[in-house]
Amino acid sequence: MQVSITVNGVARSHDVEPRTLLVQFLREACGLTGTKVGCDTSSCGACTVLFADSEGAAASGHGESVKSCTMFAAQADGGSVTTIEGLAAADGTLHPVQQAFHEHHGLQCGFCTAGMVMAAVSLIDENTNLTERDVRLGLEGNLCRCTGYHNIVQAVLAAAESAS
Amino acid sequence: MTATIGTRVLRREDPALLTGEARFTDDLAIPGALHVHLVRSTVAHGRIRAVDTSGARALPGVVDVVTGAELRDLLAAPLPCAWAVTEDMVAPEHWPLAIDEVRYVGDGITAVLAESREIAQDAAEKVLVDYEDLPVVLDLEAALSGDALVHAELGTNRSYTWELIPDAAAVDAAFAAAAHTVRERYLQQRLIPMAMEPRAIAVVPAPFGGDVTMYSATQVPHFLKIFMAIVTGVPEHKIRVVAPSVGGGFGSKLNIYAEEAICLALAQRTGRAVRWNEERGENAQATIHGRGMIQDIELAADADGRVTAVRVNLLADMGAYLQLVTPGIPLLGAFLYHGVYDVANYSFSCTSVFTNRTPTDAYRGAGRPEATYAIERAMDALATQMGIDPAELRRRNYIRKEQFPYDSPAGLVFDSGDYEAALDQALDRSGYTSLRAEQQARRAEGSSKLLGIGISTFVEMCGLAPSRVLASLRYAGGGWESAVVRVLPTGKVQVVTGSAPHGQAHETCWSMIAADVLQVPMDDIEVLHSDTAIAPHGLDTYGSRSLAVGGTAIHLASERVVDKARAIAAHQLECAEADLEYVGGEFRVKGTPARTLPIQAIAFEAFSAHNLPDGMEPTLEANTVWDPPNFTFPFGVHVAVVEIDAETGAVQLLRYVAVDDCGTRVNPLVIEGQVHGGIVQGVAQALWEEAVYDSDGQLKTSSLTDYLVPSAAELPSFELGHTVTPSPTNPLGVKGIGEAGTIASTPAIVNAVVDALAHLGVRDITMPATPERVWTAIQEATR
Repeated sequence: MQVSITVNGVARSHDVEPRTLLVQFLREACGLTGTKVGCDTSSCGACTVLFADSEGAAASGHGESVKSCTMFAAQADGGSVTTIEGLAAADGTLHPVQQAFHEHHGLQCGFCTAGMVMAAVSLIDENTNLTERDVRLGLEGNLCRCTGYHNIVQAVLAAAESAS
Repeated sequence: MTATIGTRVLRREDPALLTGEARFTDDLAIPGALHVHLVRSTVAHGRIRAVDTSGARALPGVVDVVTGAELRDLLAAPLPCAWAVTEDMVAPEHWPLAIDEVRYVGDGITAVLAESREIAQDAAEKVLVDYEDLPVVLDLEAALSGDALVHAELGTNRSYTWELIPDAAAVDAAFAAAAHTVRERYLQQRLIPMAMEPRAIAVVPAPFGGDVTMYSATQVPHFLKIFMAIVTGVPEHKIRVVAPSVGGGFGSKLNIYAEEAICLALAQRTGRAVRWNEERGENAQATIHGRGMIQDIELAADADGRVTAVRVNLLADMGAYLQLVTPGIPLLGAFLYHGVYDVANYSFSCTSVFTNRTPTDAYRGAGRPEATYAIERAMDALATQMGIDPAELRRRNYIRKEQFPYDSPAGLVFDSGDYEAALDQALDRSGYTSLRAEQQARRAEGSSKLLGIGISTFVEMCGLAPSRVLASLRYAGGGWESAVVRVLPTGKVQVVTGSAPHGQAHETCWSMIAADVLQVPMDDIEVLHSDTAIAPHGLDTYGSRSLAVGGTAIHLASERVVDKARAIAAHQLECAEADLEYVGGEFRVKGTPARTLPIQAIAFEAFSAHNLPDGMEPTLEANTVWDPPNFTFPFGVHVAVVEIDAETGAVQLLRYVAVDDCGTRVNPLVIEGQVHGGIVQGVAQALWEEAVYDSDGQLKTSSLTDYLVPSAAELPSFELGHTVTPSPTNPLGVKGIGEAGTIASTPAIVNAVVDALAHLGVRDITMPATPERVWTAIQEATR
């Protein structure tokens, strides 16, 4: 079936199987491998991207975080997706959340990072007035095995503060 | 040029990882690659009566279906175990796919090769396996009886017994004379490493010449090259192994896996690229597990609580097969069961058995967390028995700083340490006295929120390892690390390392080490690694070895580069080498500031070779292979504060204070990150994680919904401190920090949990200290 999704501002249309997951559409059809697959139970959050449906896409912002292994590509048809590759500015300037992860050493192996950053962007979009508890609860769906979360939380708090 | 070592340099690895530009193995675009999917055993122990592959073969897009016997015929040798710990160790043959019997749930049976991942998966579902059930061996003590055997052909489930008993009579005498003894049994539950990146492999044959490149999510590309040659028969010089970005390992990617041999063999057979990527459920079942042992530990102490003897007997679970270093893992702890304490008499014995479970092997800390757990729990038991504060009991027993270098009762030489300083700082940072007061107050008022304070002190042996010591332990390989430092004609620098990072910031930190010696900007340095064509010699990354061994090699190679540059500078500036000083990246003739040569210019001179000293070889490059003279011995004191809801048994970690000493601190930012992550893996063993098997040997925790890897929501932020006691055994004074947090935190947490319940009479909680277990312990104690 033909599925059309605006990915990082670019219209992408591919013929995929009905069972194709959004993450497979992104990684395999679009070649955007920044989004990772870390489990098969929607537990780890490595596949988190921002999604807006066709109405939401018209509104400002990137949309809300979704686990792209939990959505069929077909469900995203007509919508808009932002992946980690689409987050930095055109000139390469890192998004404030990316920059905060860099400055606060919020990543080690980097495998969970794309999902973690996208979840954090969505969290800050919803609320810039975040406490540490808010951040910890807000990132509950994203697992990291390297950092112990300490520096991730510091990074998100710093990014939220600079966004407020 | 300001020194970078000791400063919080931001990681150069980050931009590619933060923008999605970095490539992990499964991200590699390899057009035309075939995909492998494995049919795995659904029973823990069974004879394979028949495998019907006809349905799979009939599916369009299926290229090949290979059974265990067919695969064996494609290979030169079974999968390796590189550590025969005793002369009489019993080891089964371990072929990548089971041939007659399956021996754990997840054991590979058949490999399906197809044009796409989906076709391979669909076809695998059409493979029919007929099993005859065999008795399942799960209980470690029952395994010793040998009533049922994991490997009938071996005639026993016992793999080996390994002993370190310098003087048994002296140990017996110490126990006979002891004023106090404790005898404890602890269970180290099995853990699943769960690196966030599952394993992945891609094998790409070269279009001509017979060479083949294996990309693998591995910690050990150099080991992998050697063992792929041995297992598959492809000559070693025809194999190139590349580890692209690797998404965490924690020991689980320190191995030679069945799928690596399968992919290489099938790529050779088909002449096409072959790839495989692991699903999370496979990761839980077919990637190694960690821990898994019963620990019996006894302490003898005099009337003042000074420990006079430690006696340890382990029964360790090897799982169904011996993976690369499976047998050696318990023995990495064998030397550390007396912990940080000055104990004269020591006895250690470990017996290891096969069971019908996933093989165990290295998991963060590998033997040392287990050892630290046992001694630190036993010290708390002794403190409770004697009515002494656990901090005070530790203080009385510490190896004192003036005793270093310390000849340990297990035969090691601890390089340096000041345990009491770390304890003082940890007690001070945690506000230990007021915590105890608050605990008393809560108990006095009958609060249902019970406060527990847990201390652990640890020392680890890392910087693996002096090759001759490894030889004495019967390990097949060495423990050195290699480095090449090369100043290119235009003055840019390549640092080539045999270490293989997977999140540890080697590129950043190795640049810092080279920059400080060469006195060039860090940005002019590129670090090359994890590709055997670029870095042919290496022993890879595990065991907190990379800085102490690999970093030292880079430091020494950089010094050799400067030495060669000095000789060229002296020749061209027409002075003696002794008349030169090296400042800010240039050689200056002392007292004649105008006569200088920067190292970049010298690099070009070395390249053009027009005017070099007689007999000097061109190019400005040096290599070193550093074989360390000793292990390094990082240490620290951690304090955990927990609150237990007496009505539900739920444990909340309120605070965590960690004071670590890893010698010279190269990059504090990176050190802190390692400590944070390490702490959480240890806390997770104490409170949440366990590979649970049912009585049939089915793994019940084979997904991230069942296996409780903690999220941010379960954890607090951490309070870190440090002391600095440089190691005298390497020129940087570094020790290593990769495993410290994990080693220290598990006993700190369980000590805190038991401490919270101590006034009720609870003396131990089996890990993980789930709400159910804690609640039950409270009920039983207060019944």
